Amino acid sequence: MTASAFTIERSTPASRLAMLAAMLTLVVLVLAPWWANRADLRLIGEIATYLALASLWNLLAGYAGLVSVGQQAYVGFGGYMLFALAMFGGINPLFAIPLAGVLGAIIAAPVALLVFRLQGAYFAIGTWVVAEVFRLLFSQVSALGGGSGTSLPVDLVRSIASGRDLREMLVYWATLALGAGTVIGIYALLRSRRGLALTAIRDSESAAQSLGIDIWRTKLTVYLLVAGATSMVGAIIFFQKLRISPDAAFSVNDWTAFVIFITVIGGIGTIEGPIIGTLVFFLLRELLADLGTLYLMILGLVAVLVMLKAPHGLWGLLANRLNLSLFPVGRRLKITSKE
Amino acid sequence: MTEWINAVLQGVLLGGLYALFAAGLSLIFGVMRLVNIAHGDLIVLAAFIALAVIDVTGIPALASFVVVVPAMAILGYALQRAVLNRTLGPDILPPLLVTFGLSVIIQNGLLELFTADSRRINAGAIEVASFPLAAGVNIGVLPAITFIIAVAVIGGLQLLFYRTALGRAFRATSDDREVAQLMGLDNRHIYGLAMALSLAVVAVAGILLAVRTNFDPAAGPARLIFGFEAVIIGGLGNLWGTLIGGIILGVAQTVGARIDPGWQLLAGHFAFVTVLVLRPNGLFPRMTG
Repeated sequence: MTASAFTIERSTPASRLAMLAAMLTLVVLVLAPWWANRADLRLIGEIATYLALASLWNLLAGYAGLVSVGQQAYVGFGGYMLFALAMFGGINPLFAIPLAGVLGAIIAAPVALLVFRLQGAYFAIGTWVVAEVFRLLFSQVSALGGGSGTSLPVDLVRSIASGRDLREMLVYWATLALGAGTVIGIYALLRSRRGLALTAIRDSESAAQSLGIDIWRTKLTVYLLVAGATSMVGAIIFFQKLRISPDAAFSVNDWTAFVIFITVIGGIGTIEGPIIGTLVFFLLRELLADLGTLYLMILGLVAVLVMLKAPHGLWGLLANRLNLSLFPVGRRLKITSKE
Repeated sequence: MTEWINAVLQGVLLGGLYALFAAGLSLIFGVMRLVNIAHGDLIVLAAFIALAVIDVTGIPALASFVVVVPAMAILGYALQRAVLNRTLGPDILPPLLVTFGLSVIIQNGLLELFTADSRRINAGAIEVASFPLAAGVNIGVLPAITFIIAVAVIGGLQLLFYRTALGRAFRATSDDREVAQLMGLDNRHIYGLAMALSLAVVAVAGILLAVRTNFDPAAGPARLIFGFEAVIIGGLGNLWGTLIGGIILGVAQTVGARIDPGWQLLAGHFAFVTVLVLRPNGLFPRMTG
């Protein structure tokens, strides 16, 4: 009599290798202040913020089906909260980052109740309206510089650390921690029970519902989580810049168009997609930066072509061909028959 | 008091323009469930084409309709057949992202061709002409013409939808694509015609926008948002509702501006949010059944 024995695998040789490579990269990046110059640090920091924004948007749109084009609302809100907490609350900006995240998640609750009334594509434009309202409201706050914006006072900036080098190192590590933390957090979330629910929603909403998943609640949770994390990213972006204005804070191009293009080009609905997309985005930017507006047109064109020809993005093309998964969230059944 | 009456009247007339922004958006959503994120940028594109045509030929501003409307209609048909038809399906993501990409392409293309300068089309003496309605209450000729055109366009669309064979084809395709196809309708062609019609309306809206106010390559997204708000306030799928939605939005903006210039846009958004909270389906949702 033969009995079949089986084991359940949650990782593959490729994924274990990828995990090792990712950890090594992270260590190298943590040590960057000792091997990279100031410009490189700033670039790595910027890559980390876009990686975080793209991963978060991917979680929202790719998994929860909430295609928002208004995430700049939270980037700007987080930035402004950091400035307000530091300037009026006397809170150390580094501690103000998580606080801005909490406030972002709180403000997202009434927003969600409002925009969740809109379906599909109308939800998208509704989120954009919300971002516009945020921009207009913050332009009315004269204590934060009104329409022309404000700078973080010098003595506040000095209070974080005495020297410029140490200060920039701290900001760099905070940015890196947020970028890496976002990807790791999303990976952990998707491997959990809730992640399984999310993946089910991604694949078929009605099937997920028939299996007893509370779609509305799952989506709301994801929306609030993403809003909070996006606010933290926004806080750190404007902490780096030391200056904030409504137009920069709530820019649809900088914080939503680029982020969407990154996710679409890399591959929406996968963890690897935003990572690949971010790398491609910065590669293209370094190569084509001299072209100015033409560069943005090329980026838009590439995103449109990818959406039409390869809707699963560059990672989808690669993963299908090689049957590869670097961040496996599913389970694989391996059957070993025994005598 | 007359100041407030003037503000409301101007708001009503402005609402006509917003209803035109909204009509094209509403039309293609009705026929093919596509929300065109590039809608506002297409309005601005039409304004720039009108500007270029007037510059080159020297024809009067409002005569540019003759060129711009057919040009945008052809562009719409081509865009639908070549690009947008490929994105339609159960998934809402592809049309959204493709039109979002188009929006960025159009904006930056216009920036490349026309620079970021703010432009305006000069319509001549008609621009400042007005006629008195009552003591202290004047109506500008141009806003009045805009409003009349808007009402005519919406009335025309209504007739087309409910009184012609093409309108029947639009409604049939909207109701059930597969069955409409079985009845011999080529939905790719129908969608192309719907987009052509939508961009013809966009062309009218673009020219009227250009003679009314300054515009620049980045002006599109705000037009999309105004049009979208008018659609939602009025109720999805109801063209006359869209006109009312535009008027409510226009009045909210002009009255808001009257209170404080900084509140013009916010007041419009608050009107939209209020309707969304109280009547999520809009004020005049389409009757079903």
